[in-house]
Amino acid sequence: MSLIEITEVKKRFGSNEVLKGINLDVDPGEVIAIIGKSGSGKSTLLRCINGLETIDEGSISVAGAQLLPDELHLKALRLKVGMIFQQFNLFPHLTAGRNVMLSQMVVKKTPAADAEAMARKMLERVGLAQKFDAYPDQLSGGQQQRVAIARALAMQPIALLCDEITSALDPELVNEVLAVVKELASEGMTLLMVTHEMRFARDVCSRVVFMHQGRVHEIGPPEAVFSSPQTPELQQFLGVL
Amino acid sequence: MNDFTTWDIVRNLLLAARWTIVLSLVSFMGGGIVAGILLFLRIGSSRAGRIFVQGYVELFQGTPLLMQLFLAFFGLGLFGVNVPAWLAAGLALILWSAAFLTEIWRGCVESIVRGQWEASSSLGMGYVQQMRHVILPQALRIAVPPTVGFSVQVVKGTALTSIIGFVELSKAGTIVTNATFQPFTVYGLVALIYFCLCWPLSKSSQILERKLNVAHRNH
Amino acid sequence: MVYAFDYDWIAQYWPVLLKGTAITVELTLVGGVLGVALGVACAWARAYGPTWLQGIVAAYVELIRNTPFLIQLFFIFFGLPALGVRMGELEAANLAMVVNLGAYSCEIVRAGLQATPRGQFEAGASLGMSRLQTFWYVVLIPSLQRIWPALSSQIVIVMLGSAAVSQIAAEDLTFAANFIQSRSFRAFESYFVATLIYLLLAILLRQLLRGIGWTLFPKRAAL
Ligand SMILES: Nc1ncnc2c1ncn2[C@@H]1O[C@H](COP(=O)(O)OP(=O)(O)OP(=O)(O)O)[C@@H](O)[C@H]1O
Ligand SMILES: [Mg+2]
Repeated sequence: MSLIEITEVKKRFGSNEVLKGINLDVDPGEVIAIIGKSGSGKSTLLRCINGLETIDEGSISVAGAQLLPDELHLKALRLKVGMIFQQFNLFPHLTAGRNVMLSQMVVKKTPAADAEAMARKMLERVGLAQKFDAYPDQLSGGQQQRVAIARALAMQPIALLCDEITSALDPELVNEVLAVVKELASEGMTLLMVTHEMRFARDVCSRVVFMHQGRVHEIGPPEAVFSSPQTPELQQFLGVL
Repeated sequence: MNDFTTWDIVRNLLLAARWTIVLSLVSFMGGGIVAGILLFLRIGSSRAGRIFVQGYVELFQGTPLLMQLFLAFFGLGLFGVNVPAWLAAGLALILWSAAFLTEIWRGCVESIVRGQWEASSSLGMGYVQQMRHVILPQALRIAVPPTVGFSVQVVKGTALTSIIGFVELSKAGTIVTNATFQPFTVYGLVALIYFCLCWPLSKSSQILERKLNVAHRNH
Repeated sequence: MVYAFDYDWIAQYWPVLLKGTAITVELTLVGGVLGVALGVACAWARAYGPTWLQGIVAAYVELIRNTPFLIQLFFIFFGLPALGVRMGELEAANLAMVVNLGAYSCEIVRAGLQATPRGQFEAGASLGMSRLQTFWYVVLIPSLQRIWPALSSQIVIVMLGSAAVSQIAAEDLTFAANFIQSRSFRAFESYFVATLIYLLLAILLRQLLRGIGWTLFPKRAAL
């Protein structure tokens, strides 16, 4: 059984239909790259999976549980699926360590000592053990993004959604974040990432999804998608890149 | 019969200034409490609550404080009781301050970027948890300078309560003027005392604001 | 006893209310125009004037912003005659409003000026504009556009604050309400009606200022 099942999902903003019937099944441990032009609906799809947007039609289920737009179901879903954003979105008033501890304590009611131990472990995992007491504005963009990853991991999700997580970074900081993601992939974490890093997609991902005008336009293993694109849209997309 | 020394004038004014301070504190704190409640209605999910607070703010920011004082004074009088001026003054100033503080604080809450809401949502937090742990702590920090700045408006606003007969600094100024026939000196001194009350508040608001901006630039 | 609200009697007082409203409007117009002009002049002086002038303007602004309007009014009307400066209620009211708004708008305009990049000024100068022309076209107009909302709400605040001029017997809307309540002994209704008129004035004034903003600064995209 697939871990994430997306069936005929449609999403409209007013009269603008952004997702026009998306079908996608993700197996446990898969690493999926989502590519496509700006405005093709990549972010919207990830945000729907995380319940940040409500879908108009179709269904999304994660580990057998349906995504329903009420507080209780949403919370259950979000405990299973973590999300990393382009703009990091760390809580600026909390230290890196506290950022990682907060949701464990208020959502899962983990005792402070345990939450702290987990936070230290996760920061260690992203290579930032020594930054526990640093505030976000004292960290570089790459470090902030790694804290955001640690923060999501501390909730022990079964899948992570990453929306262009290196796009806001200076070029020299991109690799430190990608290295962490690669590490996660090799440990078996299920990943759905919107990315413009084609080389990374080719090296790490099990499948590549090309989105075009709100649909999954082409999908397949990276060799196939990158080496022999079938549709003119994908050919053009890869060509202009 | 002009046997008032300048010292007499100053002493009388300073004694009355105590009531300006007390009324300012009561109005500011009372207004803060009411504003806290209004703020929750304003940013909450109930449509009726939002519209009510919008109307409230529109009403209190769209009419003169002096009229609000009159209406409080004579409005409470309609209940047949003899209304002491301090009660009407306190009531009107609290409601008036609340309207302005609600607007100031709403601006602060709304200035917290959407990403903070989304990140905390994606971590599984509910509305109350987000407010309590993520949004309000940040909003509070940026709310401090404009809130301190508004306290100056409250202190100055208390001057109008003299018109409904509350004896504070301005009223004392009028009384002393009538006794001494030295309006230039007396009102000059009254202004000076107000300045001494308000200027430190204005200044600290500015300094806090600057500090906050510097902190923000480090991002 | 149940208090009976009754507004029929107010009909006979409409002329009084209208006259008071007219004076409040007049005070606001004069105060608004001259006050903003004074504010712009002061902002200019603080930014580009000689040091001594900067000091004077700074003191003026701080003094006005940190004292109540009512006291400024009393000082002008009751205090200044001691120096031989005598004026009528309306002149005093007008002066107080101009002085008051001048200080606030100085600060608002100044914030707008500070947000104008220094390079703009030099660019203007390099195009052969005079100092004043550069200030007017390159610095002031874009700044005013930026701070117009803040300036507008300050003008509304000053209009509402003008209720205090009734205390020096300037015959504005509040004065009219005082007069009516002393005749009719219906205090609450008198002030209630006046309050509604103020509310209406505030709404209209806001619309007017928004309209002025659109006409003065048609091209929003320029910034
Ligand atoms: N909250 C919203 N309200 C209205 N329209 C929206 C909203 N969010 C996204 N859209 C629209 O939906 C479409 C898809 O947006 P989306 O952010 O999913 O694109 P994307 O593929 O992630 O693009 P990019 O590569 O630029 O991030 C766009 O046309 C966008 O304008
Ligand atoms: Mg996107």
